[in-house]
Amino acid sequence: MSRPEDTLPPDLFYNDTEALKYTTSSRIQAIQSSMTHRCLELLSLPGPSLILDIGCGSGLSGEILDSYNHTWIGMDISPSMLGVALDRETTGDLLLADMGQGIPFRAGSFDAAVSVSAVQWLCNAETSDVTPQGRLSRFFEGLYASIKRGGKAVLQFYPKNDAQRQMITAAAVKAGFGAGMLEDDPGTKNAKLYLVLTVGSGGDLSGRDITDAVKGMEGVDIVDERRRGIEKKRGETAKEWVKRKKDRDRKKGKIVKSDSKYTARKRRIQF
Amino acid sequence: MKILTTNYLACAVKTCKSEPAAFPLHFKDAELAREELELNPEFIKNVLPRIDWPALAQTAAELGFTTLPSQKPENLDEQTMKDLHTLLMETQVMEGKLVCGNCGYEYNIKEGIANFLLPNHLV
Ligand SMILES: C[S@@+](CC[C@H](N)C(=O)[O-])C[C@H]1O[C@@H](n2cnc3c(N)ncnc32)[C@H](O)[C@@H]1O
Ligand SMILES: [Zn+2]
Repeated sequence: MSRPEDTLPPDLFYNDTEALKYTTSSRIQAIQSSMTHRCLELLSLPGPSLILDIGCGSGLSGEILDSYNHTWIGMDISPSMLGVALDRETTGDLLLADMGQGIPFRAGSFDAAVSVSAVQWLCNAETSDVTPQGRLSRFFEGLYASIKRGGKAVLQFYPKNDAQRQMITAAAVKAGFGAGMLEDDPGTKNAKLYLVLTVGSGGDLSGRDITDAVKGMEGVDIVDERRRGIEKKRGETAKEWVKRKKDRDRKKGKIVKSDSKYTARKRRIQF
Repeated sequence: MKILTTNYLACAVKTCKSEPAAFPLHFKDAELAREELELNPEFIKNVLPRIDWPALAQTAAELGFTTLPSQKPENLDEQTMKDLHTLLMETQVMEGKLVCGNCGYEYNIKEGIANFLLPNHLV
């Protein structure tokens, strides 16, 4: 069977007919429900939280978030899917929005984010003025900023192949996330892939191992693809270079130590 | 759309990133509804620190609610909790527009759903 992602853009694929067919299928309901449960397990939230549901569709994933007393805000690009969500009287707030255009929330808004079976759609977006890479980086940078420091995101998605899987995880890491991968039933046709993302808990991120927070989670493999740093320009002093790096990180909504007269000074090794 | 959500939404237009005037968005021609929801005190306690109080006061005033305390409450007694729940969770905007104070872009709200799809040149 061909992948829907290869046939049409998402807002056209999920038209009224498909949206209804999707939502009323008991097989799909069961699968989406179990994957959302898995996402919540990986998030292990301490209490009722504010969660962003990316590609929320008709609210099958959101319904599970409700059942745990969380409050969710969903974004989806398909008016038909959102229409079905309205008809089903889901309790989450809904936004008609394209994740590839970024995340329209101020920094630190959410305790966590989930996405169930949606992010792979970002890999199919070739037009004259957008590329999958550009959309992926806008998505992950926006997501990174919108989650509070110390928060997490779990994204279940269906990559078409290793290249897509690679492209998606690399974009997440580049945006600043600590990342890990978990695969349920690997190698079977029911294989499910979860990208577990953590947002640094504060302080100077550059000094910390970004993979720390993902480490030790059962079954989660660390994605160790450090951000490529900004290279020092010719003629730039060490201090200017550090400032430039910090400015970039600040723009991304990261917490960066404020500049001081000690910035980029060599430190004496202490014993 | 819940008032809670409007306290986190910011203009998505590229040139509005980190512009102070791009948050909060302002309501225009808003039609309100109230949906009764079960009070979830743990949730309110969790999000309160992340509520931008001056922005909330502004939004509330624009919608005609003028009884909000001028400062974020420190202690949540039962009445304050209920009032916050009513305002943040139960009060919803069904129709109208959200307007950016920086670039003037208008986001339409229909059946409680705000349209944040932007033409590509604004992204
Ligand atoms: C398989 S459905 C999953 C819906 C829901 N999460 C669930 O578990 O039932 C995938 C959803 O992703 C949405 N989607 C695809 N591309 C998107 C984009 N660029 N921005 C927002 N949503 C998108 C589709 O419209 C569709 O509703
Ligand atoms: Zn704007």
